[in-house]
Amino acid sequence: MDKIISTAIVLDRDNIDTDQIIPAKFLKSTNKEGFGDRLFYNWRYDENDIPKEDFEFLKYQKESKILIAGNNFGCGSSREHAAWAIADYGIEVVISSQFADIFKGNALNNGIVPITVSEACLKALMKYFEREKSCPIEVDIEEQTLIVDAKDIFINVKFDIDPLKKEFILTGTTEIEYLVEHQADIINFEKTHVL
Amino acid sequence: MGETIIDKIWDVHVVKSITDQVDMLYIDRHFIHEVTSPQAFSGLKEKGLSVLRPERVTAVADHNVPTQNQHLPIENELSKKQVDTLLSNCTDHSIELFGIGHEKNGIVHVIGPENGLTQPGMTIVCGDSHTSTHGAFGAIAFGIGTSQVEQVLASQCLLLSRPKTMKVEVNGKLSTGVGAKDVVLYIISKLGTEGATGHFVEYAGDVFRSFSMEERMTVCNMSIEMGARGGLVGIDETTINYVKERATISDEKLAFWKTLNSDQDAKFDQTITFRAEDIHPMVTTGTSPDTGVDIAETVASSTRNSEKGLEYMGLKNEQPMIGTKIDYVFIGSCTNSRIEDLRAVAGIVEGHKKPEGVTVWIVPGSNKVKDQAVDEGLDKIFIDAGFEFREPGCSACLAMNDDKIPSGALCISTSNRNFEGRQGDGARTVLASPITAAASAINGKITDPRTYLN
Repeated sequence: MDKIISTAIVLDRDNIDTDQIIPAKFLKSTNKEGFGDRLFYNWRYDENDIPKEDFEFLKYQKESKILIAGNNFGCGSSREHAAWAIADYGIEVVISSQFADIFKGNALNNGIVPITVSEACLKALMKYFEREKSCPIEVDIEEQTLIVDAKDIFINVKFDIDPLKKEFILTGTTEIEYLVEHQADIINFEKTHVL
Repeated sequence: MGETIIDKIWDVHVVKSITDQVDMLYIDRHFIHEVTSPQAFSGLKEKGLSVLRPERVTAVADHNVPTQNQHLPIENELSKKQVDTLLSNCTDHSIELFGIGHEKNGIVHVIGPENGLTQPGMTIVCGDSHTSTHGAFGAIAFGIGTSQVEQVLASQCLLLSRPKTMKVEVNGKLSTGVGAKDVVLYIISKLGTEGATGHFVEYAGDVFRSFSMEERMTVCNMSIEMGARGGLVGIDETTINYVKERATISDEKLAFWKTLNSDQDAKFDQTITFRAEDIHPMVTTGTSPDTGVDIAETVASSTRNSEKGLEYMGLKNEQPMIGTKIDYVFIGSCTNSRIEDLRAVAGIVEGHKKPEGVTVWIVPGSNKVKDQAVDEGLDKIFIDAGFEFREPGCSACLAMNDDKIPSGALCISTSNRNFEGRQGDGARTVLASPITAAASAINGKITDPRTYLN
């Protein structure tokens, strides 16, 4: 996975916490599957489990792989179920002006790329994609670029991603594989560690 | 240039620097619970991996447990399955488990410190964002996701970027009726929920120095609510005395702990200073923990509310917080469920009775806290006041068990999050200190606790 080209969903709300991404009542599972149906559940469905038509999220293409969300996305609980729900729904990239730290780590561990852009850039993206629901965004992980090139907009921004995490995403390596491969270093470290 | 306690602890845990940014960091203590660990154990099984250091792992059932009739089997099938899965995973991997009914059972962030497992200088993780609580001991403690739980089980390490550092100083003397919860709600209201993102925070200054360990835990607990990766307080006699009462400590460790505090000239990436005298009893007004205001003010004195948030809360900008009618009171959670909290509550409610139509749950943080409360006769004060005194667990803080606040009801709560639906679908939450919750409980509306002091 080095390039993602997709339409986008805009969720113009700041501080979207992981309780909203996946409410606690769905955390009773002992596996990682099926959380996509529960994504943003309390915003998406009423008390009778009927979809709320006024929830803006549902007005975009279901196939979109990119979510553009307000500042401080993923704050609150450490529940990785939030990342599982987003990935299971089919979203591969989340764009915001800031991510909560734990969510960011969880996203990367599930192949979701969190892209931090400036507030001005986020505003421009939101404004454009709220209107243009069929225009694609191109995200190139190798080049670390986010490009929108349409008739009335041109955005080409470089984004940061930790080099090690980038390598993991591009090669499909998992952090646990890497850690287990380095077990000799860990055991050696323990010999002199007093705590 | 001097070093911060955060850098010093970090440095002694680096197994290997992988890149300029990422270190392989050794984890001393790993707490696990039933909700965020099952998928980690399944992951190990799929990969054919074992638990590297089971003696560094402690398990507890807390998030999903009932707070009544804990001697009976759990009725909710899914909750029961999670708790049973924890038991079988712990048995398979020789991990110590404080299950339901165990004398050491309770909320993970209460039982770790209480049983001497949380110690200064350590790196401590748990699949729970309120792991920052353990920072009260001068430890680097933080919440992790389930993939990381699996990583720590398999390798006792994590791949982490070095944090930025922030010093939050509060100097001066707190006024009567203002406690640790008010201090942290005040700091969050000033910094915002993302104000400390990417940082570990050291809480410094007169106020934290004078705090007990339990008060320090309340403050560190809510570090995540300002976006911080964790928060800690430097190690002093208060810390060492608390730990010594609960664990045997070698001279080598004691000597080492003393070297860890921030140097006088330590350089932090950011320093923010507040005056204790500016802090009043605090209550939140919206659906984000940074919407706290001085209890005597109106909703509008928080500038952090969104229209959607206030609509959800059923509150109006011009409305004063004092006098707002409440339906439920929840005194519990890893923020405020320890013995000092329960004593403070009892001090307010003794001789009073709650009005009809208000439901009050007191959920102690652990069996030890519960037993201590009973020994001191606090349970009788609560029951005489018309409160329910429950068995330990996370309870209505996140409402995974049956302790749910009904839709539309307003709950004044000593917990840590007022997010939409946090305490039950449609539930409305006002965060406050134990004494503010207690005063409000016996008055049926949001009440300044100072009315009941002196």
